[in-house]
Amino acid sequence: MKNIVLFNKAGAFAENKDIARDIRVKEIIPALNSGEDVVLDFEKVEAATQSFVHALISDVIRKFGSAALDRMSFRSCTPTVKKIIGIVTDYMQESLGPE
Amino acid sequence: MKLYIPNSAFLGNIDPFLKSFDPSGTESLEITANNKWISIHPAVLAMIAALGVTVDPANIRCQKFEARSSHYLARMGLFKTLKIPFNVPFVEHEPAGRFIPITRIRGSDELSRFIADMVPLLHLEPEQARTIGYIISELARNVIEHAEADHGAFLCAQYYKKSNSIRVGIADTGVGIKQTITRSHPADTDLEAIRLALRPGITGTTNREGGTEQNAGAGLFFIKSIASINRDFFVIYSGNALYKLLKKPAGVRPRLHADPFDDRHSQEENLPAWRGTVVGADITLDQTAEFSALLDAIAGTYKAAVRERVQARYRRPKFI
Repeated sequence: MKNIVLFNKAGAFAENKDIARDIRVKEIIPALNSGEDVVLDFEKVEAATQSFVHALISDVIRKFGSAALDRMSFRSCTPTVKKIIGIVTDYMQESLGPE
Repeated sequence: MKLYIPNSAFLGNIDPFLKSFDPSGTESLEITANNKWISIHPAVLAMIAALGVTVDPANIRCQKFEARSSHYLARMGLFKTLKIPFNVPFVEHEPAGRFIPITRIRGSDELSRFIADMVPLLHLEPEQARTIGYIISELARNVIEHAEADHGAFLCAQYYKKSNSIRVGIADTGVGIKQTITRSHPADTDLEAIRLALRPGITGTTNREGGTEQNAGAGLFFIKSIASINRDFFVIYSGNALYKLLKKPAGVRPRLHADPFDDRHSQEENLPAWRGTVVGADITLDQTAEFSALLDAIAGTYKAAVRERVQARYRRPKFI
């Protein structure tokens, strides 16, 4: 299980998409490719933009399908961060269509 | 180029200011203003700054402003940004809790540092600070990623105590919305391009549903939604077109729409061409809806819009 602490990389307001891309490309996708599950730990992240969350996980959902959400968990999210993650996961699955 | 600053230019009455803009003669800039008093939205200041830095300071002619007005322009950093002299003595106010002076943002890390520094300056409640930070992040990242603006994004903001509101403006002199959006979606006019850019899930980077790995095409829709739910003004000016989300009357429960033309709005198509994009937003803090409630409304509208587009591409059965 790979645990990724977002606050250490993106701070309390997670908005920098370049950082999100680095986490996705260097940590999330390699972990999933090697069979590890991933926990994205949002402890101390007070807010995140939709753009940040999109850059973090949309391509993971596109590459691995909605099954990515069985292998990727989101820990300690605030209610607004939860909702933004929900928006991104919803529209990505909607855009993929039924699997 | 010529800019005339009227005595009042806020989002509700910005149209005469835009109509008076003369974009011809890009090697020089003449700035004139109402002689008595000027009171302007940060979007107007951001425009003047964005335009001014494209011109050699030696070729900027700026009329002598009435003292109090010029103090305001000076403390917002206009003369410093344009590198033109300002010799009237004035007391520089501590910006904390009142305004964000004109700031140029050219890169991603610079934007992150700016947002971290900016939030304490405004002395807002955490929920309100997050909303403002959200708006500035999404708007400035649009410029950094899409505008191809050599001079970057110019932004500023002002807190208005009487209305308890924050007004934000951001301007660039990049390629404009039509050039970026038509890389992936057809749009014949600047106004049609703005309309597309405001729809959820439409980005110039791809016509694929769900966007690219870095772009969803949702940033402007989110910001328009924040303004819409709060019943505030929101303006986009790019090329020769202006889209203005109008204030919603009190008592009417605001609804979000995927198509910005379904919102209560005004539009113009024959304005002097602004090469680049200007965005202005007012956020009334008394009315700022709980961000999480806003996200519920956005989620429903967004999902329905994506589903509608996907279904529109379904193959239909042939009945013979």
